[in-house]
Amino acid sequence: MGAEVFDRIQSRLADGEEEGQSTPGQARVPAGVSHGILVLDLAPGAVAGAARALKQEFGFDVFLDVTAVDWPGQEPRFEVVWHFYSTAHKVRVRLKARVAEASPAVPSLTALYGSAAFMERECHDMYGIVFEGNADMRPILLYEGFVGHPLRKDYPKEREQPLVPYREGFEERG
Amino acid sequence: MTMDKRVIPIEPAGGSGKSAAFEYISTRKDELVGWARKFSIFPYPFVTACCAMEFMSVSSTPYDTDRFGAALPRFSPRQSDLLMVVGTVTHKQAPILLKVYEQMCEPKWVMAFGVCATSGGFYQNYAAVPGIDRIVPVDIYIPGCPPRPEMVIDGIMKLQEQIAREKHPILTKDF
Repeated sequence: MGAEVFDRIQSRLADGEEEGQSTPGQARVPAGVSHGILVLDLAPGAVAGAARALKQEFGFDVFLDVTAVDWPGQEPRFEVVWHFYSTAHKVRVRLKARVAEASPAVPSLTALYGSAAFMERECHDMYGIVFEGNADMRPILLYEGFVGHPLRKDYPKEREQPLVPYREGFEERG
Repeated sequence: MTMDKRVIPIEPAGGSGKSAAFEYISTRKDELVGWARKFSIFPYPFVTACCAMEFMSVSSTPYDTDRFGAALPRFSPRQSDLLMVVGTVTHKQAPILLKVYEQMCEPKWVMAFGVCATSGGFYQNYAAVPGIDRIVPVDIYIPGCPPRPEMVIDGIMKLQEQIAREKHPILTKDF
């Protein structure tokens, strides 16, 4: 199912014609279908153009999620993952882009999908990915004053940052 | 004997009773007030997580917590005596828990319902408070994930024993 639209998307996007100029030094994994989802590995600069093409040319009208994967020890360290769904074709597409720890910036998709705003804020909370163009990057699940990004692999799991000072006799961990 | 030497015959809380008769009356008064208070526990359910299902089960007819005078939940902390913290409390929610606790009138008791409220349970991460006793003083802990209704009823009975044993001063430190 969806093989025909996948072929069209691949021929349109996978060779990175539009804004998909490959950043030097970034290996490009070839596109493929994994568990019925078309996976496209892109350079960070190509994501906005690819998402626009998906929405406007291929009818991917639902923005499902954006999250990140932390690969400690690898360079670039973070992999930002977007999922899109098409209610017309009933298929999903996954976009991936690797960003370095020094400047973990990807373009925001809030101009295309309004629902991306909150999910980008959550991804910023948890992984520290910066979404350029999202005006509201306040904490959404965390609270003001929280230091660090808890879903990064180097965040100590026992570290506590309480909002209410502990009662006498109790000590904070971490 | 002049009027300004008049002695008010009420001992302040924690004071050492000099008269044996006064101590006897005071003890009987504590027993009486404790007996009355232990059968009129108005719980405030501070329900945050999946233990709520077990709380609903406890509140339902088959377990009948009205036997212990603890059936009628008050959804205002100002009208309640027992703060039941049912479920995981996160660091982000801890200020709310503290505010609810501080709004309750004395006398008040706190029950940690389930292992998350007791010790954080299996959570050891950036979000969960490892035990609500770090935020508010807790009188009774009920472990279990979730606790069986029988354990909750046992906890209520243990709390009743504690209330019956407590001193119930008419004059508290604030008066």
